[in-house]
Amino acid sequence: MKHLLSIDDLSVDDINTLFETAGEMHDVQSRQVKKLPALRGRTVINLFFEDSTRTRSSFEIAGKWLSADTINITGKGSSTSKGESLRDTVLTVCAMGVDALVMRHSASGAARQVSQWVDASVINAGDGTHEHPTQALLDAYTLQRRLGSLEGRHVAVVGDLTHSRVFRSNIQCLTKLGAEVTVVAPPTLMPSGVEAWSKSAGFATSYDLDEVLGGGSGGPDAVMMLRVQRERMSGAFFPSAREYTVGYGLTRERLGKLKPDTPICHPGPMNRGLEIAPEAADAAASAVLDQVSAGVAVRMSVLYHLLAGEEAA
Amino acid sequence: MPAQQPDPETHQPVSGTADPDATPLGNVVLDARDISRALTRISHEILERNKGPEDLVLLGLHTRGVPLARRIGERITSVEGAPVAVGSLDVTMYRDDLRSQPTRGPQKTTLPGAGIDGRTVVLVDDVLFSGRTIRAALDALNDLGRPAAVRLAVLVDRGHRELPIRADHVGKNLPSARSERVSVRLAEVDGSDEVRISQIGAPA
Repeated sequence: MKHLLSIDDLSVDDINTLFETAGEMHDVQSRQVKKLPALRGRTVINLFFEDSTRTRSSFEIAGKWLSADTINITGKGSSTSKGESLRDTVLTVCAMGVDALVMRHSASGAARQVSQWVDASVINAGDGTHEHPTQALLDAYTLQRRLGSLEGRHVAVVGDLTHSRVFRSNIQCLTKLGAEVTVVAPPTLMPSGVEAWSKSAGFATSYDLDEVLGGGSGGPDAVMMLRVQRERMSGAFFPSAREYTVGYGLTRERLGKLKPDTPICHPGPMNRGLEIAPEAADAAASAVLDQVSAGVAVRMSVLYHLLAGEEAA
Repeated sequence: MPAQQPDPETHQPVSGTADPDATPLGNVVLDARDISRALTRISHEILERNKGPEDLVLLGLHTRGVPLARRIGERITSVEGAPVAVGSLDVTMYRDDLRSQPTRGPQKTTLPGAGIDGRTVVLVDDVLFSGRTIRAALDALNDLGRPAAVRLAVLVDRGHRELPIRADHVGKNLPSARSERVSVRLAEVDGSDEVRISQIGAPA
C-alpha cells in the first residue's frame, strides 16, 4: 500500500490489518510515554487547503507519536494565496524531502491527482464532497470495538448526504465489513443518483427517520449522524433549521426510541440543537469522543503501514 | 500490506515453500523432555538469583518467548506457591530493520497490572542470535517504565552476537554456523516441542 486515497482501494483484509494495528496503537494512548520509534527520521506534511481542527491535529499527533517529524501547511497564509498552482505547491513541498503528504482540498479527486505527481505517499484527508477515508476507517473501527463485529449489524446514517464526503467513504467501508446500512436524509439532501448506487452497493435509503429508528428492538444497532454543512450550501435545501431538526435531528424524543446502548456517532464538529440534541451528544452511549481517540490510533496505523516497511522506501 | 508476513523471531530466512514436515529438518538438539528440564533449571536459577519470586516480572518476547515465559511462570508458581507476574512484550516498532523488511503488524504488549517500575524484569526469548531483538526490547522497556533490573533468559544461545548483549540464563549453548538454521518449535505455537539445527537451503 503506497497511498490511501479511497476506501475503494482497500480490501477487507487490508481494513482488518489496519484495525488490528490500530488496536495496538490504541494501547499506546494509555501509556505514560506516548511515543514509538517506528517512523524516526520520516517527515509527514499536513497540507490543508480547507479548514480543519480535528483531522489535522489528529494526523499531527499520530505522526508525532510514531516519532515522525510533522509539519502543518494551511492554505491560508501559504503561497497558494499568492496564486501558486496546486501542482507547484506540492512539488515544492516534496522537493524538501517529504515521505508522506496528508492532504485536504476542496476539489474532489485532488489527492489522487497529486499522487500522480509526487513520489511521497499521499493520504487523502478529505477531497471536496468525494471521500474522507480515514474518517470512515475510524468510524467503522469505533463501531467494531463497541459492537464486536459489523457483520449483519444495522447502521443508520442520517443527515446531509449531498455535501458529505464522510458519507461516501463510510458507505463503502461499512458495507465492505458486512454491515447493513440505511441512509436517511430529506429528499433535497439525498445525492443525485443515489438510487442506482444503493442498488449496486447494497444499502437502503429512506426519507423517514422515525420509521428507520423504529421502536424497541426493531431499531438500528448504531446511528451515525452527519453534520449539516451550511458552508457548502449555496441554495435553500430545507426551509429552516427548526424544520430540519423536527424531521431529521436526533432529538431527545428520538433518543428515547433507541436501545439504551446504541452507539451514536458524529464525525464532528457537531451543530448541537440542529442535527443532534445535547442529550444525544452527551448520552452514555454516545461514541463521539471514542471516535476522536480512535482517530489517532487509526491514523497511526495508516501512517505505520504506508511508511514503515520496505515497500514504501 | 503483504498477506503473509515474515517472522524474524523464527531465525529463518523467509520462505513460503516446503512444508517443514515434508523434508527432514536436520538434527534434533533438544527434544520435549530436554526443553522441559532446561526450563525447570532456568526457573530455579531465576528464583535463586532474585532470592525469591518477589517483584519479579517475566516478559515473553513475541512469538515464542511468550509461551516460554508462561511455562517458566507456572514452574516458579508451583515451586514457591505464589503466582508470579507474566506478560508479553512486542518489539516490532523498536526494531532496527523495520525499513528493510515488509511491514509487519505489531502484536500485543501486556504488562502486569502493577507495571514494571522498580521491579525485576526477566525478558524471555527462544533464541539469542544477533542480540538485536534484545536491544529493541530494552528500548521498548524504556518507554514502559523503569525496572530495578533487567535480566535475560533464553532457551537457546546460538552465538554470533552483533551487539554487546549476553543472557543471564541459558537453556542450551548451541555453537552454530551462520549458514545454519536453528528452529524452535513449541506446542502452543507449532503443535510440538523441539529444537532443530539444519543447513539453510539444504534439502537434507
